[in-house]
Amino acid sequence: MNVLAAPAKPAGGPGAAEKAGGKTLQRRRGRTGYLLILPGFIFMLLFFVLPVFSLLATSLYTKPPGADIGQFAPALEFGNYAVVLGSYWPELLRSFAFALVATAAALLIGYPMAYLVAVRLRGRKLLQGILLVLIIAPFFTSFILRTQAWKQILADEGPVVPVLRALSLLPADGRLTATAFAVVCGLTYNFLPFMTLPIYANLERLDTRLIEAGSDLYASGFTTFRTVTLPLSMPGVIAGTLLTFIPASGDYVNAALLGNNRDTTMIGQVIDSRFFRVVDYPGAAALSFILMLAILVLVTAYVRRFGTKELI
Amino acid sequence: MPKRLPDDPLLRRLVAAQLSRRKVLLGAGGLTLASMLAACGTSGTGKAAQDGATAAAAEDLSAQEKEVNWANWTLYLDYDEKTGSYPSLEAFTKATGITANYSEDIDGNDTYFGKVQAQLAAGQDIGQDIITLTDWMAARLIRLGYTQELDHANIPNAANLLQNLQDVDFDPGRAHSLTWQSGFAGIAWNKEAVPGGLRRVSDLWKPELKGRVEVLDEMRDTMGLLMLEDGVDIAGSWGAAEFDKSLEVLTRQIADGQIRQVKGNSYKEDLISGDALAVICWSGDITQLNFEEGGKWEFAIPESGCTLWSDNLMVPVGSPHKANAEALMNYYYDPVNAATVAAYVNYISPVQGAREAMEKIDPSLVDNPLIFPSDEDLQRAHVFRTLSADEETDFSGRFQQAIGN
Repeated sequence: MNVLAAPAKPAGGPGAAEKAGGKTLQRRRGRTGYLLILPGFIFMLLFFVLPVFSLLATSLYTKPPGADIGQFAPALEFGNYAVVLGSYWPELLRSFAFALVATAAALLIGYPMAYLVAVRLRGRKLLQGILLVLIIAPFFTSFILRTQAWKQILADEGPVVPVLRALSLLPADGRLTATAFAVVCGLTYNFLPFMTLPIYANLERLDTRLIEAGSDLYASGFTTFRTVTLPLSMPGVIAGTLLTFIPASGDYVNAALLGNNRDTTMIGQVIDSRFFRVVDYPGAAALSFILMLAILVLVTAYVRRFGTKELI
Repeated sequence: MPKRLPDDPLLRRLVAAQLSRRKVLLGAGGLTLASMLAACGTSGTGKAAQDGATAAAAEDLSAQEKEVNWANWTLYLDYDEKTGSYPSLEAFTKATGITANYSEDIDGNDTYFGKVQAQLAAGQDIGQDIITLTDWMAARLIRLGYTQELDHANIPNAANLLQNLQDVDFDPGRAHSLTWQSGFAGIAWNKEAVPGGLRRVSDLWKPELKGRVEVLDEMRDTMGLLMLEDGVDIAGSWGAAEFDKSLEVLTRQIADGQIRQVKGNSYKEDLISGDALAVICWSGDITQLNFEEGGKWEFAIPESGCTLWSDNLMVPVGSPHKANAEALMNYYYDPVNAATVAAYVNYISPVQGAREAMEKIDPSLVDNPLIFPSDEDLQRAHVFRTLSADEETDFSGRFQQAIGN
C-alpha cells in the first residue's frame, strides 16, 4: 500500500489555507452548508424516513378476527417476522447468493472493459466515447424489454440452445431459460453498466506513470496490477459492487422472467406475491424490512473490510 | 376553451368545488401525505376493520358532467388501428352526448386491487367510474362495500343478460355488477409438436412434454382444472381437503420439472417461441394467437370440464358519474353493440341476441364455439365457488407458496 502515497501533494494541503480564514467566515459557511442540505433533507424525510416508519408500523399489524381481506389493525405483532423468516429464509439466502455471483461475474467482465476504455485507450477520445456509449446503450431500452429479449434469444428453439446441444455443451433435453443460470446471467447483464461506469470513472484518473514505475522496478504485469492498479481503483470497485449487489438482491424481474417456479425464486418475488396476491401487507412489509436490514448489515461489513477513505 | 381540470380526481373535486387556491394547496398537501402513508401502510383499512363501516357512495354529478371514465383490460374493446379510436365508444358518445375516457389500466386483478384499495376503503374517487374485474375480485369488492348499487331502471337492456349469469352467488340480482365478457380456461397445445392432441388435464403430465408445460398463475383457473380432473365439483361445497389434494399434484409437477413455468398472460410468448408446447390457458387468447401466428394451436375443454370466468362492470364507491356509467352499460347490453365487441375480442358475449346480431356483422363468427358456446359446452363449464375471506387468504397463500412465491 506504500504506493498509495506516491502522488506527491503540495505540503500543507488545502486545509492550511482555510485555517487562515476568520471565524465568521467559517460560521457563515457552516450555515450555508445547512441551507444547501435542507431540500435534500426534507426530501429524504418525506420520501424515505416516513415511509420506512410506515413500513415498520405495517410490518407489526395484526389481522383481527373476522376481518376481511386487506383489513388489518395496528398492533405490535413481532410474530410476523418469525413467520415470514421461517417460511422464506431459503428465498432470502438465494437472493443474496444470486446477487453475489452476479456481482462477481459483473466485476470480472466489467473491470477489463473499464480498464480497456480508461487506461489502454487513453488519449483516443473518439474511440473512448464510442465504447462508453456502447456500455450505456442498453439503458436506452426498457429493463423489461431487454430481459424479454434474452428470453427469446435463449429459448429452446432459439439461436443458442440448438448450437450448444449440437456441441454437447448442453444435454439433448437441456435448456437455458427457466434455470438459475439464466437468472444469474440476466442479473449480471442488467447491472453490468452499474459496475463498469464507477470503475471507469476511477481508472480514468489513474496516473499511468505509476504503472511505468512498476515495470521500471522489475515488477511483472500481474504484480504491478495487484500492487498498484487494483488498490488504486478500489473505490471504483467498491462503488460498482455496491451498485450491483444491492439492486440485484432485491430484483424480481429477472427471476420472474428467466426463472422457474422451483429453485430460482428471489425474495422480491415473494414480497410481490405476499403484497398483491395474498394481500398480506404485514408479511410483505416484514420481509421488506428484513431485506433492508440484511443489506445494511452486509454492506456495512463489506465497506468496513474493504472500504477506503475516498469512498466515504 | 375551458381550463383543463387536474387529472387527480381528488384535486379535481377540490377545484370543482371552487375552493380558494390556498385551501386547494393545503388540501392537496395533506392528501398527498395521507395517500402516501396509506399506500405504504394501511392506516385507512385498519380502521374499517374495527368499526366495520364502509364509505358512503359519492354524490352523482352525471347531469352536470357529461363524462364517464372506464378502466378495462388490454385488447378488450373493438379498436380501429387506422384511426386509433374505439368505434363503439364513439358511437356511444354520439348517441348519448357522454364523453367516454377509456383506459387499459387493469393488467391483473390483484395488482389493480393493490393499487386502488386504500382509496376505495376511504371512499375516495379513484378517477374511474367503471372498473372491470373478474368474478372473485368483484365478489371481494362488493363484500367490502367498495361498489355502488346499480339502478336497473337506468339499464333496461340489462334484461338481455344471459339466463345463467343473472343470479350469481356474489351479487344476487346483479345489484352491483354486470358481466362484461366471459371465457373458458382449458388446455391448448402446439398441433405440430403434439399431433395426437390432449384430452385430459393429466395428459399434460406425459413424459414427452416434460419441461414444456405451462400453467396459469390465476389460482382459480389452474386449481379449478386440477380439481375438476380429481372429480371435485368446483362450484359446489368442497373444502381444504379437496384443495390440498390437487395442490399436491401441482407441487409435484413443478418439483419434477414437468411444469416449466407458472405464468400470467405471458404464456403466449412461450407458445410462440416454442418453449411451451402445452398449456392451461384462456380460450380467447388461443383464438387471437391463431389469428396472428397462423393457426398453430388448438384449444379444448378437458374431458373433466373447464372453468368459466367472467369479468364484471362495476361502479366504484367514489365515482361521481354513476348515471353516466349506467348509460354506458345499457349501451353495451344492446345486442348489436355486444356483437360488435364480441367480433373483436373473441370472448363469450353475455348478451342475449348478440348471436343473431352477429349474422350481420361477421357471419363467420356465428358458429364459433368460443364466442357462442353450445349448451353442451356450457354444461361442462364450471364457476369456481366464491371463497370466504379466510379461505381466500389461506388458499391463495398456499397456492403462491406452491408456485414458488
